Amino acid sequence: MIVAVASGKGGTGKTTVSVNLARAIDKEILLLDCDVEEPNAHIFIQGKPIKQHTVNVPIPKVKEDLCKECGECAKICEFNAIVSFNTVPLIFPELCHSCGGCIKVCPEKALFEIDNPIGELRFYKNGKISLIEGRLKIAHPMAPPLIKSLKKHIDPQKLVILDAPPGTSCPVIATLKGSNFIILVTEPTPFGLNDLKLAVETVLELDIPFGVIINKNEPGKSIIDEYCQEKNIPILIKIPNQRRIAEHYSKGKILVDVAPEYKNLFIDLWQQVQKLAKNSTL
Amino acid sequence: MEKQKIKEIVILSGKGGTGKTSLTASFAALQKKQAVLADCDVDAANLYLLLHPNIQKKQPFVSGKLAQIRQDDCTACGLCQEYCRFDAVIKQSNPSRDTFRIDPIDCEGCGVCVHFCPVSAIDFKEQECGEIMFSSTQYGPMVHAKLHIGAENSGKLVSLVRKYAREVAKEKKLDYVIVDGPPGIGCPVIASLTGSSFVIVITEPTLSGLHDFERILQLINHFKIPSALLINKWDLNPEVASQIKELGQKQKCLLLDSIAYDQSFTEAQLKLQPVVEINKELHDRLELIWEKIIENIH
Repeated sequence: MIVAVASGKGGTGKTTVSVNLARAIDKEILLLDCDVEEPNAHIFIQGKPIKQHTVNVPIPKVKEDLCKECGECAKICEFNAIVSFNTVPLIFPELCHSCGGCIKVCPEKALFEIDNPIGELRFYKNGKISLIEGRLKIAHPMAPPLIKSLKKHIDPQKLVILDAPPGTSCPVIATLKGSNFIILVTEPTPFGLNDLKLAVETVLELDIPFGVIINKNEPGKSIIDEYCQEKNIPILIKIPNQRRIAEHYSKGKILVDVAPEYKNLFIDLWQQVQKLAKNSTL
Repeated sequence: MEKQKIKEIVILSGKGGTGKTSLTASFAALQKKQAVLADCDVDAANLYLLLHPNIQKKQPFVSGKLAQIRQDDCTACGLCQEYCRFDAVIKQSNPSRDTFRIDPIDCEGCGVCVHFCPVSAIDFKEQECGEIMFSSTQYGPMVHAKLHIGAENSGKLVSLVRKYAREVAKEKKLDYVIVDGPPGIGCPVIASLTGSSFVIVITEPTLSGLHDFERILQLINHFKIPSALLINKWDLNPEVASQIKELGQKQKCLLLDSIAYDQSFTEAQLKLQPVVEINKELHDRLELIWEKIIENIH
């Protein structure tokens, strides 16, 4: 079972939900930090990585002595990652999508592929939680290949939680695709509602069952309650707006560890997620 | 005549939810109509909620292509599936003949299948990936955009929003472009950052905020752009706030100010207004910060 924790807006509490859910379930959990641009789950899991390795993608390189400067490689590249003005081609690794088109099209077999590092995977273990984090190399623009490489570590027999990046564009899609259930975390503000609507559109497109968590909740009915009611979207749990919770977060503490009264909230969350994920597959 | 040099001020945070948009809207309100406002958080744009733009012109953002197999012409040879590195070609086994189709969500738009299809049975059409809007607000002109759900090329859209914002500034003889940037450090952030004049990083005193500040600062310094730091909600954790200050100092990121946690940020958002419009104290404080920003842009 794969559960993804996502949100349109940043800073709504995705990582808080991911680590607390992982802790509250009290079973062997694999947590993948797919927010590879700014991975934060490791702060809460603590400790040093038990191993780490570089993730590479293939990019082209020219054997200059074989190149006849025909320019076919530049013509096939949709991403302007390889350019040639009747010259030996110039290659821009950060624009390359590793499609392999230039390699296949070169009539002289003058192009071959080399490894280009785009980031690394770091492995952590704390109690029953195993965390694998993707960490994008600074100034490398493309997160999806690193997220895909991280997701190769998913064992479908196990419970897997994916901590997604914010937004609705390609890194989010790369994370959410193939999940069994998606938890959308939001806050009861106009920004929270606006970005929740975008996230809901994204999730509907992927056709994966989902529910909403309202974080920083105030007593009474909010604009999020109204929206979810109207759209028939289940509200899974509400996390109260308390400074104490924010302070624990600021210190990198898992809430259910330092304030056990919240444990039942996350156990309740897990029971609802299981029920909703199961019902949708019947 | 001396060529006008437009200065682009980009507001970033690394971590999401630190107050980028609330503060961008406040600077927009304080800059006395010398700037064009640009929302470059194109996949979760919020600035419009506070600035209430009056949209004057819209244009589609067309970028990137997607492959689509014409079933009538396909001979089901399977070469496209063999050549696709993005697992976007899906084979359906049928008793009579296998069929192949391309999942539009997985298609990278590389065109390799299109080029090599032996019977040219694959179409490759440009996609409308979003929309760019030219608007006016009570604080000056605004350029903003909406990326379609799950669309690629957010970096290209960001670059276009910035380009159009500079053009509007030039046309209206305005000195500045204020850019509300996206969270993270990936392609839309790099597109928001490259070639700009000055970056303001809004961060919060949490261990996550500190970690993400370090990464965004590495990115900013990689592109050699001068930067300044504004710590929001500093009193949430004064210890981490001073660690953030130290790191900023070490990395030559100018400290603008530290603002305490203030409920008016949420109140202003609920009223759909920049916070400086409802809180006089914050108005005066942020006005000084804005002056400091302008003094430091060369």
